[in-house]
Amino acid sequence: MNADANPRLSSHFRMQWEDAQQAWVLLYPEGMVKLNASAAEILKRCDGSRDVPALVADLETAFDATGLEPDVRAFLDMARQQQWVA
Amino acid sequence: MTATDRPGPPLWLLAELTYRCPLHCAFCYNPVDFARTSAEDELDTEAWLRVLNEARALGSVQCGFSGGEPLVRDDLEVLVAEAHRLGYYTNLLTSGVGLTEDRAEALKRAGLDHIQLSFQDTTKELNDFLSHTRTFDLKQKVAHTIKANGWPMVMNCVIHRLNIDHIGEIIEMAVALGAEYLELANNQYYSWALLNRDQLLPSREQLERAERITNEYRAKLGDKLRIFFVVPDYYETRPKKCMNGWGNVFLTVTPDGTALPCHTAKMLPGLAFPNVREMSVGEIWYDSEGFNRYRGDGWMSDTCKTCPDKEKDLGGCRCQAFMLAGDAAAPDPVCDKSPAHQVVLDAVARAQQPGAVTTAPLVFRDPKASRQIAP
Repeated sequence: MNADANPRLSSHFRMQWEDAQQAWVLLYPEGMVKLNASAAEILKRCDGSRDVPALVADLETAFDATGLEPDVRAFLDMARQQQWVA
Repeated sequence: MTATDRPGPPLWLLAELTYRCPLHCAFCYNPVDFARTSAEDELDTEAWLRVLNEARALGSVQCGFSGGEPLVRDDLEVLVAEAHRLGYYTNLLTSGVGLTEDRAEALKRAGLDHIQLSFQDTTKELNDFLSHTRTFDLKQKVAHTIKANGWPMVMNCVIHRLNIDHIGEIIEMAVALGAEYLELANNQYYSWALLNRDQLLPSREQLERAERITNEYRAKLGDKLRIFFVVPDYYETRPKKCMNGWGNVFLTVTPDGTALPCHTAKMLPGLAFPNVREMSVGEIWYDSEGFNRYRGDGWMSDTCKTCPDKEKDLGGCRCQAFMLAGDAAAPDPVCDKSPAHQVVLDAVARAQQPGAVTTAPLVFRDPKASRQIAP
């Protein structure tokens, strides 16, 4: 798989905010992953509309940060392995 | 409970809509006295809608519709629609019997997220699969309907002594049905399965072979089919962290409205479990005796309380402790530190005999057998 392809959340997962947990969660058949804040910010941007460099740029602008790319790529590798993201 | 050890929300709500079921599986986890609950005793639509609303307000997010066969209830679509509207991830646990194309489409419109298609009577289905007869045709049709509606295709198959040697064929069947997930759930010995334990508990050799073959298929199939192999706890030396902790994340509501921390807990004597007809879900979860009894570690025996693995398994399963050691607060006898561990070892030892361990016939789950066992 092309590591720069536009990441998109798999249709088998649903991401939503849960007030009771004060967290974003990923829901799937009989399971749930509670996301930390940075994972949620990355996944929110995995809508197929942007490639990884654009996603990183977007995050860096939003959070006034630099050098996020290695962390974002490491997270996306894991997310692809878990099949959260295609 | 003090404010500091107040439990989190009941993230998982299991709505057991009915005990009515067209199947008669010898390993069913429904209580053996299920026939005491008739169709008239079941919660009506309004009561279920209230339960869904109250649990969601507490933070429940996974909602399973189960039974019996939940498709027997003709208000299933109404309940699914409300659960969807409330923001639950909705799961239907079904044998597929009754899942016509029309009902599947109605459930899709209602917002159903996922169907788990169970193979309850696997021995028969497997035979049918191999000989291309009726039941397999039904499953194939249902599998097609599931995929046509865009649901992930999740299959569950209970594994036991009588079908474990066909594990390869079971996996092949899942592939033939286009499954994306296959849960090979080794039987757990509760309720009907406990009655039939000698017939159903596999030998160690059978188990090891099944795991080996499963791993070979995993390597061969890769991402095409994700296979989960649930090991039977009788072959472990430490118990499972049952329900991820008593009253920790899981809330079952049985057909008559009894609220339980797990789907078999009603068997425990001397413990009053509340009913959603009389108490709100919030009071049930946070304040009822039934849900508070085995939270924390105050109830534990010294064996568990002083054990370095205490947090890993929380002493195991309260129902198993009651069934096998006669005391729900005892360590789970699966644990090799349990004074009653020999009971498990004896059952496992019997299972090592080749062929049939007993000449006793299987007791199938049906209302007649239920009334005989629990008049």
